[in-house]
Order: sequence, then C-alpha cells, then structure tokens
Amino acid sequence: MVAGGGEVGFHLGQALLEAGHEVMILENDRRRAQFIQEQLGSVVMTASADEGRAQIEAGCQRADAVIAVTGDDAKNLVICQLAKDHCHAQRVIARVNNPKNEIVFKALGIDETISSTRVLMGVIEQELPTGGFFPLMPLTGSHLELIEAEIAPNTPAAGKKVGELGLSAYGALIGGVVRRGEILHAHGDTPLQAGDRVIVFTPTAAEADVRRSLFG
Amino acid sequence: MNIVIIGCGRVGAFLAGLLDEDGHAVTVVDLERVAFEHLPQSYKGNTLLGNGTDLDILRQAGIENAEALFALTQGDNRNLMGAQIAKEIFGVRRVIAKVNDPIRARLYRSQGLTTISRTTILGTLLHAMLAEDPVVGKTLMEKSLAHEERLSGGTPTPAKAGG
Repeated sequence: MVAGGGEVGFHLGQALLEAGHEVMILENDRRRAQFIQEQLGSVVMTASADEGRAQIEAGCQRADAVIAVTGDDAKNLVICQLAKDHCHAQRVIARVNNPKNEIVFKALGIDETISSTRVLMGVIEQELPTGGFFPLMPLTGSHLELIEAEIAPNTPAAGKKVGELGLSAYGALIGGVVRRGEILHAHGDTPLQAGDRVIVFTPTAAEADVRRSLFG
Repeated sequence: MNIVIIGCGRVGAFLAGLLDEDGHAVTVVDLERVAFEHLPQSYKGNTLLGNGTDLDILRQAGIENAEALFALTQGDNRNLMGAQIAKEIFGVRRVIAKVNDPIRARLYRSQGLTTISRTTILGTLLHAMLAEDPVVGKTLMEKSLAHEERLSGGTPTPAKAGG
C-alpha cells in the first residue's frame, strides 16, 4: 500500500507494479487519483490515508508493506502509526522530508524511514570530491551505514593505529582496511597509512563525528 | 507553570490569553506571524515563529522546562506529532492534543495520549443545551461567557467576543 500519490507515490507505485507487486495507492485529491488511474489502471483509491477506515478499505491488513510518501511528515507519521497499531500492518516505511524527523519517527515507533534530503546528500557527496569520504549504503532497518574513506596525508588518521581513532565512542567500527588492493583485517593496533581505504560501519547520526576523527 | 502552545489560531490564542492572565509563563508557537493577531491585547507571554513539530523550535519554545503542552494547530496530524514529541521525547508531564477527527482522537487516546475532539465536545455541548441539561450546558456556557468577557478587557458587553 502506497499512501500518497504525488510524484514520489506515483513513480514508486509504477515501479512496484513493473516489478510484479500488487499495489494500492491512496490519494485524497480526486483529480490526481483519476490521473493515476488513467496511467496505471485500477490501483488507486480516492481516500485520505491518515484515516483508519480508508486504510482498512485499501487492504492494509493484508499488505506486506505500507509506505507513506506524502510531502507532509506529520501525515506520514500518523499514517504509519495507524497502519502499525490499528491495522497491524506487517511493515511500515515512512518518507521523512525534514531529516531531523528520522530521530522523531524512531522515538515514536516508526523505525524504517527514508529521508530524501539524506539520500540526495549521499548522492552529491559521492559525486563531489569531499576528501575521500564516501557513504556507500545505508543498512536497511538499522540506522547504520557503510562508509568508505580514503586516508589522506596530513590528516589526523594518517600514522595512527585504528584503536587510537576513538571511533568506538561513536558506536562506529572499522570493518576492514584496503591497502594497495589487498584487504587487511583491522585490529585496534593496525597502523593506518596515507592512501589506505577504510570501510567503516557507523550509526548514521555519527557520520559527522567519524568524518572529523578521520579528517580533522 | 511553563506552558507551550502549538498553534495560535482562535483556540490557541484564546487559551494562551486565559493562561497568561492566570499568571503562567506561556509561549505560543505558530508558522504564520499574522496568527499572533488572534492573541488578546492583554497577552504578555512569548510568541515564537516556527514549526511546532520541529525539535529545535520546540527547544527554543522552552519545551525542556515546560510542565504542559497544548497542540492546537488546524491539522490533526501535526497536533498528534507535536503532542507525541512533547510526551515521548521531552517527557512533558501534561500534554493535550486537539484532534478533530473523533476516530483518530479515540485511537490515540486508547494509547495513552490525551486528545480532545472539538467535533465531539461542541456536539455534546449543543446537545446538552437543547436538552436544557443543567450541568453540562449551563455550567460550560456560563464559564465560557465569563472567559470571553475577561479576555475582551472586562467590558460588560463584549463587542468582538471570541476574537
């Protein structure tokens, strides 16, 4: 079930259909719903997804996932909470527009969130030279992510041992070091050299701290 | 008591005026500057321009030292979000959200959030007035009229009652 038939909801619905899933899109604007129906077929219901009754009519209880993708964070929160607590949906995923709300949603029981701002930042940071710091991927459902960082000369990390970086204080862990194309197992006393590439598991919230520890 | 009110519409502004007169330290938050024009002239509390579901704005509003928060914007969802942030993240002791959709109001109430539905309350009042219910109808009307008068500056015939 996709809650919200805006640009994101429409294209998500289309992609899910193409991948062979059964989809129901809830859109409260009648004309928008009509447009979606013309484009995608009978996979749309004109209803406001933040109402319990509409969710039940849309078959929320037997959905494998309820995905709230409106442009309104408060609405996405309520949609997911209703789906989880009222319809006992198996899995709920919320789009958050304000990245700060990832923490809020988690505290209020919605663990799986997608922040479009953060995704875009991730893409941009991969495209731009940012001192060899590359967010590789978020780890689903965990608020952790995988980062690759290249150790440059004259940075705090060059010449230090893994254990001296103090990453564990942020809950982060160096999973491996790549040196001249070879993988080294990273122990606390593995010395880092300029040119090494480290693979770091880090809580998303601590990304900036990790960056500072490595690059100053 | 330190009190934060999210939403400075007619209800929020009315309540802010009453609590301010009672001597509480009130901060009222709204997205639109013009909303603060709803406040009674006597209001001496704080106003803060911003989104009342944003953690930083709520901190600026003093939520960390607030004993009570009222979520009274026009949006049920925003009220539910603001109220839950206050209760679950900042541990505010007394939190009340205006949720006009009675179904949503009941659902969240069953999970421990205090919600009031204007639909239900106003409907109940009108029902009681027609039935000439001596307790609900009469008492509430008397109290409401007294508040109206108080906020309009104590003039005996309020010209713009209710704002």
